Amino acid sequence: MTSLVSTEIEWPSLSEILGVLTLQSGFNTTVVMIGVTLLGIAAGVIGTFAVLRKRALMGDALSHASLPGIATAFLVAVALGVQGRSLSVLLLGATISGILGVLVVHFVSRHTRLPEDAAIGAVLSVFFGAGFVLLSIIQYLGTGDQGGISKFIYGQTAAMSVSDAAIIGLVAIIVTGATAGLFKEFRLVCFDPDFAETQSWPVAAIDLMIMALVVVVTVIGLQAVGLILIVALVIIPAAAARFWSERLWVMTLLAAVIGGASGYLGAAASALFPSFPAGGVIVLVAGFFFMVSLLFAPARGVVAAGLRHLMLRVEIGSQHVLRALYEAEETGRVGAGGDIAISELGEARRWSAAWFQFLLRWLSGRSQIERRAERIALTEFGRHEAYRVTRNHRLWEQFLITYADLAPSHVDRSADYVEHVLSPEMVAELERELAEAGTLPRPAAMPASAHPIAAGKVAEGRAS
Amino acid sequence: MMLTVQDFLQIDFPAMLAALFATVSCGLLGNFLVLRRQSLMGDAISHAVLPGIVLGFLLAGSRATWPIFLGALGAAIVAAILIELVRRFGRVEPGTAMGVVFSIMFAGGLVLMEQAAAHSVDLDAECVLYGQLEDILWLEATGWGSLIDPVALAGMPREVGTLAVITAITVAGVALFYKELKITSFDPALATTLGIPATVFHFGLMLMVGAVAVAAFEAVGSILVIAMFICPAAAARMLTDRLVLQLWLSVLLAAIAAIGGYLVAAFGPFLVGGEHSLAASGMIAVMTGILMGLSVLFAPRYGVVSRKLRERRGEAGLETADLA
Repeated sequence: MTSLVSTEIEWPSLSEILGVLTLQSGFNTTVVMIGVTLLGIAAGVIGTFAVLRKRALMGDALSHASLPGIATAFLVAVALGVQGRSLSVLLLGATISGILGVLVVHFVSRHTRLPEDAAIGAVLSVFFGAGFVLLSIIQYLGTGDQGGISKFIYGQTAAMSVSDAAIIGLVAIIVTGATAGLFKEFRLVCFDPDFAETQSWPVAAIDLMIMALVVVVTVIGLQAVGLILIVALVIIPAAAARFWSERLWVMTLLAAVIGGASGYLGAAASALFPSFPAGGVIVLVAGFFFMVSLLFAPARGVVAAGLRHLMLRVEIGSQHVLRALYEAEETGRVGAGGDIAISELGEARRWSAAWFQFLLRWLSGRSQIERRAERIALTEFGRHEAYRVTRNHRLWEQFLITYADLAPSHVDRSADYVEHVLSPEMVAELERELAEAGTLPRPAAMPASAHPIAAGKVAEGRAS
Repeated sequence: MMLTVQDFLQIDFPAMLAALFATVSCGLLGNFLVLRRQSLMGDAISHAVLPGIVLGFLLAGSRATWPIFLGALGAAIVAAILIELVRRFGRVEPGTAMGVVFSIMFAGGLVLMEQAAAHSVDLDAECVLYGQLEDILWLEATGWGSLIDPVALAGMPREVGTLAVITAITVAGVALFYKELKITSFDPALATTLGIPATVFHFGLMLMVGAVAVAAFEAVGSILVIAMFICPAAAARMLTDRLVLQLWLSVLLAAIAAIGGYLVAAFGPFLVGGEHSLAASGMIAVMTGILMGLSVLFAPRYGVVSRKLRERRGEAGLETADLA
């Protein structure tokens, strides 16, 4: 382990870091950074649709399947005496065998009993194996250019030339342009392919268009990040963007930004630390964005969801306390000052002591209850809220008895699940329905409880 | 080229044995992956073990078996758990969750490996990705007699020993928990009502997949392991509806692919006048693919060609029936 954290890593100075980040660190570095950033943007944009269409790992099959194509193109080029190193020849081979791989996956999963994931895995590994066999032939041919091919496996960002970057830029423009132009079609196919089919949209053609754009991005990305990791640039920015927004165009934009930023920062890092492989660093930066999004995105992030869940529990718990207090008043179990012993109220439900204390503090903090030593009482404001909560509960109970044929002794618990989320519109609707059915004497009245309210009664209810 | 018995036993025999054990244990477990639609877990886990392998190597300072094995197994478990967490908390579909987790872990492994490689030439990406089947040598072998000579057998390369142990464990595990694996694969809900914990078996299976993938990666490499997991099982699935038969068939096909693939790679080029053998691990993967392709097309009942033929015959039968 000591050798791992050796002192050989030279930390760059601040001015070096700023120099790289502001694209003033030499022509080559600048070209690479621009190229990789554009690649990240293109991958993020089309990745959004690949992920939403659940085609994430199809990209993986595609990129692995490109290896035999690259090797074959090299062999053919050598045999014909063409310059084997020519990038366009190799990329043509990559495209052909990548597409062939996708077609095989499609054929197997559509025409046999095997599931799509088995087809993807089989194509990915068998094509890669074939590529590896071909590589061993190239190695023995002794043309000495195996290194030129193995850079496609791990990527060799530093070798990017101006024309490579220009091609990536062109592809980025094509991908973004096509996506913008076909945005409505892509959206429909991603979210409701069945509906699109019934509306006689060319779903297959639109799918093909998405896959074709994925192919293009994958192929031009091979050289920069390598065929094992290019799929990461397609999937990760889109998956990260998914946490931030429910709106497709926002998600697409964010995926582009995250993809671009991953490329930019990753390329900068590998320029500053030449011993780090750029492909890996770019994916790790993207992975960092993903982690941050997964945890902290306000719309769908884990922390935000946890907080919302907790808030809902507090809300429901305090509504139960309010109702217990209201029903205590109703049945005359309160003292002269309208108060009740905390211990007596606590018996009404299986609240744990700590949670009950927390709810009481929460309610007095919102001045809905008033604490008097060991006793509590509703405030005027709290009684208003308690009235509303209890009424919702009983309206829903009545509804369940009248329309869902539930026995009065069982409705208390069923009502517990729904009463907290009744909107004013639904309450109005309930009042109307129940008045028509004759169970509610006057629209504004508090319905009587469907079951006897005893001190221990609600203990059957769901413990919150 | 003349092939002496000694050469065969020293060079080809251990490699074939390693390939055989690797494909058989992968092929057997692969049946349950294919049935559960979790084929790509094999893919994900075999990529995700890379950082574990490198860490095990760095901590041990050498290519000793156990630290690397434990590191890889740890990484496999971490990957399985992370995939489950991302899927559940991130509410994304399983393919995306796998893709995110394994590519990040693989990238991490790659970066770590570059660091490690700067200090030692002993570990390189090639050996992890493609395996080193050709480097598994049994130098103690002198002739056929060595096969029953305990002294010579003790000199069997450790990769073969590890793979033999793993294969035995896999076979025993599948035989022992056959009923549970079958029910949890076909009907997890039924399994739960029968009191069989589906989650325990999910992670148990993942653990076995991780262990097998790690043991096999040295021989055949991490990406080609995926072919061993999926192709024999998928081919067998095309051939039969009965699970027991499917398991036996997958083992048989895996063995054919291992032996056949190795022989083609090692001796095929010489038959056509070449001078060098080909990459054996790649050829074995290709062989599993060929076997799968054949069963996809020509399986008697479910094959694409046979179904087309039956359809045509059926149509012809209908027409004659109409005319009559």
